[in-house]
Amino acid sequence: MFETLSNVFIENQLIVSFAIVGITMYIAYVISNKLTKGRIHGSAIAIIIGLLLAYIGGVTTGGEKGLSDISIFAGIGLMGGGMLRDFAIVATAFGANFDEIKKAGLNGIASLFIGVILSFIVGVAIAFAFGYSDAVSLTTIGAGTATYIVGPVTGAAIGASSEVITISIAAGLVKSILTMIGTPFIAKYIGLNNPRTAMVYGGLMGTTSGVAGGLAATDPKLVPYGAVTATFYTGLGCLMAPSILFLITRALFG
Amino acid sequence: MVIFGVALLSICMLTGIFLGEMMGLSLGIEANVGGVGIAMLMLVLIVDYLKKRDKLSKAAQDGVGFWSAMYIPIVIAMSANQNVAGALDGGPLAIITGIAVVLISWMFVPILSKSKSQTSSENITVDNDIIGGKTTNVRNIK
Repeated sequence: MFETLSNVFIENQLIVSFAIVGITMYIAYVISNKLTKGRIHGSAIAIIIGLLLAYIGGVTTGGEKGLSDISIFAGIGLMGGGMLRDFAIVATAFGANFDEIKKAGLNGIASLFIGVILSFIVGVAIAFAFGYSDAVSLTTIGAGTATYIVGPVTGAAIGASSEVITISIAAGLVKSILTMIGTPFIAKYIGLNNPRTAMVYGGLMGTTSGVAGGLAATDPKLVPYGAVTATFYTGLGCLMAPSILFLITRALFG
Repeated sequence: MVIFGVALLSICMLTGIFLGEMMGLSLGIEANVGGVGIAMLMLVLIVDYLKKRDKLSKAAQDGVGFWSAMYIPIVIAMSANQNVAGALDGGPLAIITGIAVVLISWMFVPILSKSKSQTSSENITVDNDIIGGKTTNVRNIK
């Protein structure tokens, strides 16, 4: 009987994931209303449950894709993968106001450049404090601090060791996860309640998953504004880190 | 028809991703430069154009609205896909770097968004029901 059940699950992966996510959200919203009296948004709790499940999945299988490494939950990988995520992010633009995007356009672009450079500097400084002193390793870790895609792309381009590339990916992952969890809690203190700030936020943080998750749990109305800038960040990082930022780092550290 | 909206959304996304890839190629980098962002801008402009001319039926709007409303569940599925174990295995350097950059970036948000803001929070014109979630629950801090 178990075999039949598991076969049904495996053959209908995506449908299983709809059911699991729906149940998770139901539980999360009950926790939100009953235990926190609505103070912590249901989506934030659901994301934290998701991350916990991802951790359990990662530890039990040793894989890299969280819960979806467990075969009966593989549909989660499809539902939460890049294709549907980007599709849904584009769809959120349906509710966005183009005038708001235009108004905050310059702030958004400025925040993109500042975000990439700021993340890079923080990464390089901390890597240096941890004893790395060669330009290649420093640049790779700095790039990983931008996003977990910029790190390995840069590392591969300038010939970093695989150990350093791994650290750079992990740093980007920590950033992304912390942004997802932390955004709804910090939003009040940094004025994150209007489209302009959301666009600046997307540009500064840059991690599409982090910004997408964080804003969803803060105020879904802000999602398109944050996402529209965040999606340019990784490209900009991949452009700047192995070129100009690497040259500057090499000039400073030799 | 509902599929018209979904197809419009798909065409915007494919065009955006394609342009993003081409942009990456022309800059000589292995990444999609803002493909999703371009797609979003396209969708906003096209929807605006069609709505003004009354060419976008209710059903077609529902087609886009459905995927917009699926956004939060998809993000939750995404969170369950993250390599959390990998992030924690990255050692203290990775964890400290990740935490530090988030905290420092947060501090920069108010500085960068200051110039003549605070006016626009009230006039966001969004059809709340299509984004999903109850509006009463939207703000976590009351």
